[in-house]
Amino acid sequence: MEKIPAIRFENITKAFGTKVVANKNVTMDIEKGEIMALLGENGSGKTTLMNMLSGIYRQDEGQIYIDGKEVQITSPKDAYELGIGMIHQHFKLVDVFTAIENIAMGMDKKETGSNKEIAEKVREICDKYGFDVDPKKKVYNMTVSEKQTLEIVKTLYRGANILILDEPTAVLTPQETEKLFSVIRNMKADGKSIIIITHKLHEVLAISDRVAILRKGEYIGTVLTPEASVQSLTDMMVGEKVELDIERPDIEYKEKRISVSHLTCLDKYGVKALDDVTFDAYGGEILGIAGISGSGQKQLLEAIAGLQRCEKGSSIVYYDTSNNIESELVGLTVSEIKKLGVSLAFVPEDRLGMGLVGSMGMSDNMMLRSYKKGHSIFTDRKTPRDLAIKVRDELEVKTPGVTTPVRKLSGGNVQKVLVGREIATEPTVMMAAYAVRGLDINTSYTIYRLLNEQKKKGVAVIYVGEDLDVLLALCDRIAVLCGGKLNGIVDGRTATKEEVGLMMTHLQDAAVNNEQEEQANG
Amino acid sequence: MDNAKAAKTREPLFHIVKRTDIPFWKGWLIRIAAVLAALVVCGIIIVALTGKNPFEMYQYMFEGSFKTERKFWKMLQDLAMLLCVALAVTPAFKMRFWNIGAEGQVLIGGLGAAICMKLLGDDGAQLSNELLLPITILTAVVFGAIWGVIPAIFKANWNTNETLFTLMMNYIATFLVAYFLVIWVPSGSSSLGKQKYGKLPVIGNDYLLIILIVLALTIGLYIYLNYTKHGYEISVVGESVRTARYIGINEGKVIIRTMILSGALCGLAGYLIAAGLDQTVTTESAGGQGFTGIMVAWLGKFNPLAMMLTAGLIQVLNQGAGQISQDFDVSGALPSVITGIILFFIIGSEFFINYEVHFRGHGGKRGKEGVK
Ligand SMILES: Nc1ncnc2c1ncn2[C@@H]1O[C@H](COP(=O)(O)OP(=O)(O)O)[C@@H](O)[C@H]1O
Ligand SMILES: [Mg+2]
Repeated sequence: MEKIPAIRFENITKAFGTKVVANKNVTMDIEKGEIMALLGENGSGKTTLMNMLSGIYRQDEGQIYIDGKEVQITSPKDAYELGIGMIHQHFKLVDVFTAIENIAMGMDKKETGSNKEIAEKVREICDKYGFDVDPKKKVYNMTVSEKQTLEIVKTLYRGANILILDEPTAVLTPQETEKLFSVIRNMKADGKSIIIITHKLHEVLAISDRVAILRKGEYIGTVLTPEASVQSLTDMMVGEKVELDIERPDIEYKEKRISVSHLTCLDKYGVKALDDVTFDAYGGEILGIAGISGSGQKQLLEAIAGLQRCEKGSSIVYYDTSNNIESELVGLTVSEIKKLGVSLAFVPEDRLGMGLVGSMGMSDNMMLRSYKKGHSIFTDRKTPRDLAIKVRDELEVKTPGVTTPVRKLSGGNVQKVLVGREIATEPTVMMAAYAVRGLDINTSYTIYRLLNEQKKKGVAVIYVGEDLDVLLALCDRIAVLCGGKLNGIVDGRTATKEEVGLMMTHLQDAAVNNEQEEQANG
Repeated sequence: MDNAKAAKTREPLFHIVKRTDIPFWKGWLIRIAAVLAALVVCGIIIVALTGKNPFEMYQYMFEGSFKTERKFWKMLQDLAMLLCVALAVTPAFKMRFWNIGAEGQVLIGGLGAAICMKLLGDDGAQLSNELLLPITILTAVVFGAIWGVIPAIFKANWNTNETLFTLMMNYIATFLVAYFLVIWVPSGSSSLGKQKYGKLPVIGNDYLLIILIVLALTIGLYIYLNYTKHGYEISVVGESVRTARYIGINEGKVIIRTMILSGALCGLAGYLIAAGLDQTVTTESAGGQGFTGIMVAWLGKFNPLAMMLTAGLIQVLNQGAGQISQDFDVSGALPSVITGIILFFIIGSEFFINYEVHFRGHGGKRGKEGVK
């Protein structure tokens, strides 16, 4: 007898408006008790397909079967009743509520019983699968990983048999990811079906039983994980052979471009986010910045960009070798730095909240960098428009038009718009923070290629990254931050992953000694 | 858990989908359909409550604005004044600076104009009219700008809440006017009476100049917001303060500059009221336009050209409502009910512009707004 799949999609089609077909005739199965990875480039329709399963969208055509029976899922509530739980890319928790309150939110008191009973049941779930949840903790005090755990426990509490995780690891550290995977395996052992979306192919290979691939909204096929490799999955996803080697061109002539010394900055609570950091960045090289998240990366880049207040004694000197000018950047505002003729490109971590204006089109976003030019009181709209078209064509940005609000584009395309604009300023220094976060593999490689092009042009590239494999393949040197201190700079060609990983978490003796000395002096 | 029990087996009757794009004409078709639907609903209510002929009532409503030439001009002029205030609040609102102090800024502009008219005219300093006119205008504009910039300075430097601040400034303005009235008119009637000097000149007929001024302002503001560097900065600051900082815009400067503009335009509106319409000032000079203007601006999505339409709509409705309560023996609340229903439908129509309804069995076909 044929096995009945836990979920069956049959000829599912879903369009947004007249132009975008997010899913086209998708037919696929998910078995009971398996971990299925769903793979596809940004915008290939993974989230949309899963949203139809969880009741957020309604398919235009096609049927969904759960345990062999056709079902109509018209709201998230229907999905819950069918035992489907989804952990979204953006968490849906109430910040001011505690863990328990969030878990029971929207449920009938009669059903859930007292808070004590809820806590009891939550404890059972945690023990069973190996979660760690503090029931009384408020959500706003939680780390991203804790919030995610809470979301998963919430869906399990409500009796989910099918779990959908949409890019759960994009926001996690490697250790947190490992922990997540171990609970996923426990859930599988318990007979639950799990669908996981991730762009990190080594994770796909590590966790899943089978991999289903979507391309441009169409279902391409399913492969057994043991028979797949990073290369084969990428080729299926993209539809053609993709070169998966990160280049690291050797540049003979390097010149000092930026000299950071004794840089100290405070975070918003007045705690030292950067502590006496000193290094140089050279034109013609990519300097990587490694460190667990929140080690001062954000403050470092923002200090150089003129967006972060620096404490006394800090210095950031910019060398303009062609004009033989040295300028001190500390204490200057963004526009003052610009007036000095320092051409600084900055791709911030928060693309839509800081680098771009989400409600504006590509064209108006290009204007952000150029609108001040000239003495006319009117804006020049033609140049940015032409640039937008050029960026769209050269970087293959998928957008209905250059006036479509960029917030409507998928993550990879948003990033291309931002990077394209920054490169167009012909920078001498280019800083990028987590430039490939959430991007599919193909787009990620486009970004690496663009950074390398800048390096070859003699730009000093500073690249804050989280994936050590990439940092070690791409960067000439890697500066490792640990708790706001610079824990040393290693050569990207010779350093090992273990070495860098250790430096991220343990301050080296020299740095520790320094601190003790300081304390003795102070 | 028995999943099958919970499962619905029939496809739902309809489901709602967000639109991504809608042709321009279709949007307007929906809006017009909404107005027609509103008129039908109002008609039913009118018949049910009063037994009167709704068509007759609509006719009177229409005639309230269009019957005589004078009524028509008056309607245009009132429309222009309302639009003027709406224009004034627009730059601030586009910047997400919630300026609900237009009422006070208009009033203080009116007060400035009245001070000049009373103290510098023939009864006082006896300035010639050529001199008095520009001074009066300037004073009104500067007064309005000052009233607008005070909350902006506090917002820019100490991040105070502009909504509360501008609201409070309204009360101060009202009592300042009351104070001056008591000084000027000690008899206690607290009515200043019409001023003879420094009036707004008349061209063509009594109404034309104000209409022309506001028309010019509308076009000017449209250009300012959409085609100038200042206008672009306003949009960026309004959408994301962090992006503005990232790009090197000094957001405090933009807030202050924009509120000076907003306040100055309110001051100008105050001048037009005090030196044009009323030729005097009272605590009621602004007459709630500072708040109605916000509604006009919002309905027009802060686009000055669209705001001409929304201001027209609200003005015609108000004037028509006035006409009904004059000519019919109906409760004074009925005209407000009708106005409310029509506005409700127009605002509600935005739902059908942003979303579409799909019906069972139609596959991918678009359910139009027949569900109304
Ligand atoms: N709410 C929406 N409105 C309009 N278009 C959308 C919406 N959600 C997704 N899309 C479009 O549908 C396509 C698929 O998106 P999505 O499912 O988010 O892809 P993925 O999760 O694989 O990155 C993209 O082209 C995206 O721009
Ligand atoms: Mg997605």
